[in-house]
Amino acid sequence: MSSVVNTLAGWEIVIGLEVHCELGTVTKLFCGCRNAFGDEPNTNVCPVCLGLPGSLPVLNKQSVEYAIRIGTALHCRVQPSIFHRKNYFYPDMPKDFQISQYDIPINTDGWLELPSGKRVGIVRAHMEEDTGKTTHIGGGGRIHQAGYSLVDYNRAGVPLVEIVSAPDMRSAEEARDYVEELRAILVATGASDGKMEEGSLRVDCNVSVRAEGSTEYGTRCEIKNMNSLRSLGRAVSYEAARQVELLNAGDRVAQETRHWDEADGRTHSMRSKEEAFDYRYFPEPDLVALAPSEEWVQAVRDGLAMLPAERRGRVAEATGVPVSAEAVSTVVRLELDGLIMATVAAKADAGLALRRLANEVAGELADGTTHHIDPDGFVRLVRMEQDGALTSAQARTVLKVLVVEGGDPTAIAAGLGYEAMAAGALAEVVDQVMAANPGEWARYAAGDDKLTGFFIGKIKAATGGNADLRAATELLRQRRAT
Amino acid sequence: MRTTPRSALAIAAGVRGGELSAVAVLEEHLASIAAREADVHAFNLVMEAEARQRAAAIDEMVAGGHDPGPLAGVPVALKDLLCTRGIPTTCSSRILEGWVPPYNATSVTRLHAAGAVAVGKTNMDEFAMGSSTEHSAFGPTRNPHDLTRVPGGSSGGSAAAVAAGFASVSLGSDTGGSIRQPAALCGVVGVKPTYGMVSRYGLVAFASSLDQIGPFAVDVADAALVLDVIGGHDEMDSTSLPGAGPQAARNLGRGAEGLRVGLIAELAGAEGIAADVAARVREAADALAGAGAKVEEVSVPSVRYGLSAYYMIAPAEASSNLARFDGVRYGLRVPGNDITEMYIATRSAGFGAEVKRRIMLGTYALSAGYYDAYYGKAQKVRTLIIRDFEEAYRSFDVLLSPTSPTTAFALGAKTSDPLTMYLNDVCTIPSNLAGHPAMSVPFGQGGDGLPIGVQVLAPALGEPLMFQVAEVLESLARSLGGGK
Repeated sequence: MSSVVNTLAGWEIVIGLEVHCELGTVTKLFCGCRNAFGDEPNTNVCPVCLGLPGSLPVLNKQSVEYAIRIGTALHCRVQPSIFHRKNYFYPDMPKDFQISQYDIPINTDGWLELPSGKRVGIVRAHMEEDTGKTTHIGGGGRIHQAGYSLVDYNRAGVPLVEIVSAPDMRSAEEARDYVEELRAILVATGASDGKMEEGSLRVDCNVSVRAEGSTEYGTRCEIKNMNSLRSLGRAVSYEAARQVELLNAGDRVAQETRHWDEADGRTHSMRSKEEAFDYRYFPEPDLVALAPSEEWVQAVRDGLAMLPAERRGRVAEATGVPVSAEAVSTVVRLELDGLIMATVAAKADAGLALRRLANEVAGELADGTTHHIDPDGFVRLVRMEQDGALTSAQARTVLKVLVVEGGDPTAIAAGLGYEAMAAGALAEVVDQVMAANPGEWARYAAGDDKLTGFFIGKIKAATGGNADLRAATELLRQRRAT
Repeated sequence: MRTTPRSALAIAAGVRGGELSAVAVLEEHLASIAAREADVHAFNLVMEAEARQRAAAIDEMVAGGHDPGPLAGVPVALKDLLCTRGIPTTCSSRILEGWVPPYNATSVTRLHAAGAVAVGKTNMDEFAMGSSTEHSAFGPTRNPHDLTRVPGGSSGGSAAAVAAGFASVSLGSDTGGSIRQPAALCGVVGVKPTYGMVSRYGLVAFASSLDQIGPFAVDVADAALVLDVIGGHDEMDSTSLPGAGPQAARNLGRGAEGLRVGLIAELAGAEGIAADVAARVREAADALAGAGAKVEEVSVPSVRYGLSAYYMIAPAEASSNLARFDGVRYGLRVPGNDITEMYIATRSAGFGAEVKRRIMLGTYALSAGYYDAYYGKAQKVRTLIIRDFEEAYRSFDVLLSPTSPTTAFALGAKTSDPLTMYLNDVCTIPSNLAGHPAMSVPFGQGGDGLPIGVQVLAPALGEPLMFQVAEVLESLARSLGGGK
């Protein structure tokens, strides 16, 4: 396959995503068993989530509240809904049907705004139960060739919300941005931990391509088994290129479900449209209609934490940086925007705070480590740099210590020997440099600005790099003017 | 001859008062079982040892000054689709071979808490699908009144157990008439409560939107006693009704004076209703009028479509409910080369012909492209039936109809023709579709000397009125000398 960029010339990719989100409730969707990841297999089970004969589901109220939070955060209409049964045989489904929502879901018709400002439609965000987890031993990990299979039902009955987007995304990058933003929203609502690596967030992707300028959708393929943002991006790019190659060769794209193989970097046909299951949906007779009261929905809405888009707007407003700037989304994504707001509250330099957080701190946190900065210390550090008590280089060094260890920036600066470079000390150095270089000083004093660099270099050398160079430049100007 | 009473009320009163020993009561019932169970085959399992232990414990409680509860020492039989912890629950199916539930059905828990003594698990049509208890993997139950006849079904074992004196009362489940029809055929009282009145938790589901657990008893007062024990809200069942419970005994003894009773025209004289059955129902209506009720014929037009709607809805739900019996987790497993073969081999060997027939019917009814024409339409019929009943209940307090079109028929008479068998439930199905309570009360005999039941129907939550009228019918039947 040739380069994706070349292959896709003249074509537009159309992407819609289905994201399954595990809710962080204490107990499962229809019983009192613990909802926990990583426990000993088949320990969080009971007659209900094992689907034993005679058992009945009872809806978990917390899961409904979480679903409402998600719907509200995605600007959906929250409506009275019902549950359906989705019937198919699979050993990880204890009842051989899944209780899900079908034509009347709890949340419909919403949207999500990407950091770029683009809005992606949300068709629905409905509730359903998770299945157990099957491990096929032998036979290449596939059920029909397996020597035997092990099933862990701890996950069976864990509450899920499935969020179905409109086919509004046009590139692999947008698809990734969407999942990243959705993840941030889910975490902000408190409904989910959003951990893709633990399966809290699982993404299926519908991909089709069409000639640029066309208004009709092409035939789509659904891609499953992408376990990270990276594999999502790769899978979309591969699949789009595959479809374009087919179309360019005069072939047709077959509507089917395809499996992403991380190892070979390709998608493989799982089942065609004709082989698709007939799920024989019908209303779940063991549950009653779910009709959350207006008051409850309003209370959930009122209690919702601030969402990423709003937080980005707040940062942009405080710093004067455009809302679409990468720095803005970076600090919000890393949950550092609270530090900026603390800077604003203390009337310190928010723009400087943004630069330090988006560059130095974000860099330190890139590998997923957590920071130990407290707002008060951070604000004082910003102020020290802003007032010239510390140079930029010094402030950056202190900040790195704050990230790793936390603590008092003044003490850290003192410990590093930065304290001596307060304004008075710097003035002394400037005077010494002037005295040591009378010829150059005469020319500078006469207006030759080219010599600024010369003096700054001398000051830097004399202070071992610890001088606030902005302040030094200012001092030079003052001395020349008098 | 028996020295202890048959009636649950009398047994409980005696045991609670210390005049009667629960052990003695139980031993008499076990003796009846020993004498006739081989012929009747009411039970899949007689819990002799557990029952003896339990009865002794009840007597000890009384001796220790404690009250075991309103069913103290009452021997009860449980339909074998009610989950019993540590005791096999088979649904009379091979597919559940070896399965032992780790929990009790709510109704079983409540019986136990009221002091009842469980004597056994009763035979039934497999997964409650049938009207004769012939579709059992363990062989048919026979009618104690005539061993060549069926006891009705699907709760035939529970009906026969009470009729034969194996238990004072029993529990069955009623999806389309499975309590009322066998009650009629066995000459006992059988009640299907309002949908949601008795928790279904621990009842192995046939058709979830229609199933209700209810009692069999020798008389109306006993049935009310049992229903009041097992009924009432249960948080383990989302369809369980909130509120005060059935209050089945509330209106007992109030007579029929001034009550408005409607005889359902479409069922009372319908084609297929035997002449002797129709005659007894007329007599019952007349007797009620004689007792001061205002009795009139009433039309409930859509009940005619009940049977058709039922045979879409019930199999559809069953096809889904029975999917879990797949050999993966419990019960029978027949090995195969891969999982699909294992599923097919297990379900082919584990289910009987009638269950397979209904799974296929239901699977088809729910298929893409057919849903609206079948399941969807059947649900609309259901709405119509509810509407027609509501209309009738504007003018009447309770309604009357036959319970079963005929008296007990001969074993094997209908097994080869499913449709004829299905027609047995024509009078009972509408109440399940509407979710309303209905009960069968013995009212005389047929030309063959076998029992006939009259059905009393009431609106949702109408148990107090329904039992009130049933009790009057019961005393009228006795004064008429048991019909002719």
